[in-house]
Amino acid sequence: MSRKTKQIIFFALLSQFLIYSLFVYISIPINNVGELSVNSQKGKLIFQKYNCIACHQLYGLGGYMGPDLTNVMNTKGKGKDYAKAFITSGTAKMPNFHIPPEEIELLVSYLEDVSKSGVSPTVDFNINKDGTVTINK
Amino acid sequence: MKNKFELLFTTLGLLSLIGGMFFGVIASLQFVFPGFLESIPFYKTRPLHVSLIVAWIFLSSIGGIYYYLPNYNNIKLHSRFLGILHFSIFLFTGILILICYFLGEFGGREYWEFPPILAIPIFVSWIIFGWNYFKTAFKTASNWPVYMWMWATGIFFFLFTFSEAYLWLLPQFKGNVIKELTLQWKAYGALVGSWNMLVYGTAIFLMEKIKKNSHIGRSKIAFLMYFLGLTNLMFGWAHHIYNVPTAMWIRYLAYLVSMSELIILAKIIYNWKKSLDESVKDFNILPYKFLVASDIWILLNLILALLLSVPAINMYTHGTHITVAHAMGSTIGINTMILLASCLFLIDKITKIEYTSGEIKTIKYGYTFLNIFLLIFWISLIIAGAIKGQDVVNNTISFKEIMTKINPILIVFSISGIGVFLSILAITIYPIKKSLIFLFNK
Repeated sequence: MSRKTKQIIFFALLSQFLIYSLFVYISIPINNVGELSVNSQKGKLIFQKYNCIACHQLYGLGGYMGPDLTNVMNTKGKGKDYAKAFITSGTAKMPNFHIPPEEIELLVSYLEDVSKSGVSPTVDFNINKDGTVTINK
Repeated sequence: MKNKFELLFTTLGLLSLIGGMFFGVIASLQFVFPGFLESIPFYKTRPLHVSLIVAWIFLSSIGGIYYYLPNYNNIKLHSRFLGILHFSIFLFTGILILICYFLGEFGGREYWEFPPILAIPIFVSWIIFGWNYFKTAFKTASNWPVYMWMWATGIFFFLFTFSEAYLWLLPQFKGNVIKELTLQWKAYGALVGSWNMLVYGTAIFLMEKIKKNSHIGRSKIAFLMYFLGLTNLMFGWAHHIYNVPTAMWIRYLAYLVSMSELIILAKIIYNWKKSLDESVKDFNILPYKFLVASDIWILLNLILALLLSVPAINMYTHGTHITVAHAMGSTIGINTMILLASCLFLIDKITKIEYTSGEIKTIKYGYTFLNIFLLIFWISLIIAGAIKGQDVVNNTISFKEIMTKINPILIVFSISGIGVFLSILAITIYPIKKSLIFLFNK
């Protein structure tokens, strides 16, 4: 393979990647799903400050010690008070971080907006013949 | 002293590996025995483990590139001063990151869990590395072997993906959780691809030098595989976001691109007999042993990666320990095996200190046990993940019940993790000793 051919392939791939990246930046999300309020954006920073991602996941990204928190606020039997109780008291696996009440409010606000954005883990789906899936909700 | 900073990179890399494995063992014990070593809780040990292992990958591959590029092309490194500056920034920033973790100061992002301000010296250090690499590489013959392309690609894409990982600081991205998560996966997928380019380039370089066959790095098939790998680095990341409500085309393009890795799988299987025959010949050469092991782990992890990329399977495996099996299998089985080969090769070349027969025996025992324990470790994670995935999708028992159910398997995972750690200690202790004797005696 000549040097010129390699360069052409490389730069063709690179330019496609740059265009693709731009499309990815502008085409997500669908229908503005996942918008965060100002308080939720502050809550996200609280989530990061206490390194919650070390133990918890959002849409499957993060640690495995605790449960995925994507839908903790809109799952039957859980919700705002449930989350606050865990954050305030801790559990055998989760330390009590002594988070101030105003930060807990922001954190809960963030998790509420995350819950509205979609479903994770996905449990209601149909498998298609080509290996793809149709997610029902 | 000649080649001192290259050896410093490599030695610090080996020490980071030991440190990273140590915190990994503690974290895994905390996972199965809550309350273990409460003075350093899990939310601190996990980032310590991850960051030290990432440091191992970068330090050892960068140390190798700084040494191999000029020494095997008979040219001078563009600037040794910049190399030393690069090492100093890496060391200084690394220490600051560790202090932040111990103090509980986090940036709270997956992989990059340190405060964002520390991204600046890291970015600067990679600019320095890139400048030094390209200024040196362009002095050589124009027809670069594939590993020089791979190293160049690794540097470029690290800078790109590292910048992309911090787009969340901009208002356009931080106000939407889906946009932010998608970008995070995109950046991390390509980031792993970028360090794979550095590591696989090193593997091809070593293979070429051990076999004394310069055709290996210049063959058409080597370049075709490189371009296939590059395509996957660029477009294959989205198999991580099949359940994130983002545009469908992003997900299905990733599915299609990921399946192109079947070509690599077919090539490995097709060449299996030939490579097995060849490997028997040189199996007594220490670095070569590690390259052979990495080949086997590539096969196992590639099969796993292909399965995980099928959306129907991914629905069951995403966010389970199978993902961890894939990450650990690739990081230890492939990257660490290759980088250990590189460290052994480089330390031999620079220090010229012979191992005693007892030391060689220890390294060989370490090698054998590393592969055995890693296999147990990897399989236990797959089993735990499969059970968890099935139970999560069935949605009949709680998270706590699932974790209780898989805890015995995770205890096996923890114990085999201790075995992996001890094996790595057996492999690395003498090369580190050799390096330190060389560094402090001269």
